[in-house]
Amino acid sequence: MKLHYDIDSSCLTAVLDGEIDHHIAGMVRMEVDTAIYAHSPRTLVLDFGNVTFMDSSGIGLIMGRYKILQPLGGTIILLRPAPHIGRILRLAGMERLAEIRQELGEGAMQ
Amino acid sequence: MKILNEFKCTFPANSANEGLARATLSAFLIQADPTAQELADLRTVISEAVTNAIVHGYRGTTGDITVCLRLLPERVIYIKVTDKGCGIPDVQKAMEPLYTSAPEEDRAGLGFAIMQTFTSSLRVRSIAGHGTTLIMRRQLGVKHEEG
Ligand SMILES: Nc1ncnc2c1ncn2[C@@H]1O[C@H](COP(=O)(O)OP(=O)(O)OP(=O)(O)O)[C@@H](O)[C@H]1O
Ligand SMILES: [Mg+2]
Repeated sequence: MKLHYDIDSSCLTAVLDGEIDHHIAGMVRMEVDTAIYAHSPRTLVLDFGNVTFMDSSGIGLIMGRYKILQPLGGTIILLRPAPHIGRILRLAGMERLAEIRQELGEGAMQ
Repeated sequence: MKILNEFKCTFPANSANEGLARATLSAFLIQADPTAQELADLRTVISEAVTNAIVHGYRGTTGDITVCLRLLPERVIYIKVTDKGCGIPDVQKAMEPLYTSAPEEDRAGLGFAIMQTFTSSLRVRSIAGHGTTLIMRRQLGVKHEEG
């Protein structure tokens, strides 16, 4: 995973990769939360472009970050999920907590 | 029912084995030539079952998880996951979408809902204090000949 924070847009981007399961979720959570508390970003982008697998542990990861960001007024963008990951995101109703996008338009950057 | 092929393995409740269980299933499924979606669904299903055994069944302790994979006639895939952990006191409640006994650990309570959606049938046998067995079946689609 690579983390990148852009001050001008107050946007924290986490580029995830590989398989997001329970084994890996704890580490991702720790690193992302450290960056969230350091920057209080207005937008958190979780980039799924290189993710090949995700189960309910990934859903828990998104829900947990939502609970932290929402009181701070932050929003979450789920970027570029593969079709089978998009299915799980929708099955879990993630489009109600976050925006699922295929590309990062200007919208995220204001 | 006739079993066309079977693969069994037992491994300790170590989270590194979640990926190993998915990889084992993927390898077993090659002979059935599933679609990309069927493969993705079943990989998710076994991941949910094995993760539950580790996270809930053996919670902080360790023990063995046994996976039994079968290829049945008419393109039915059978997946059995057994743990000898704490068991589920109320299976009906556990299977309700969004129910989790571990919300403080970022669990969504969606494992059973995902397993139910991605299989044709799901049976849960659990005895509190003795462990849990999940038996799932998935009917694969008809295979059309090439060309
Ligand atoms: N093998 C098991 N042994 C003991 N309890 C279990 C087992 N599997 C499931 N449970 C119980 O059933 C509940 C629901 O399981 P389910 O997989 O649907 O949700 P979860 O694991 O809590 O969250 P998620 O799967 O979304 O991360 C669990 O919280 C747990 O209490
Ligand atoms: Mg679960």
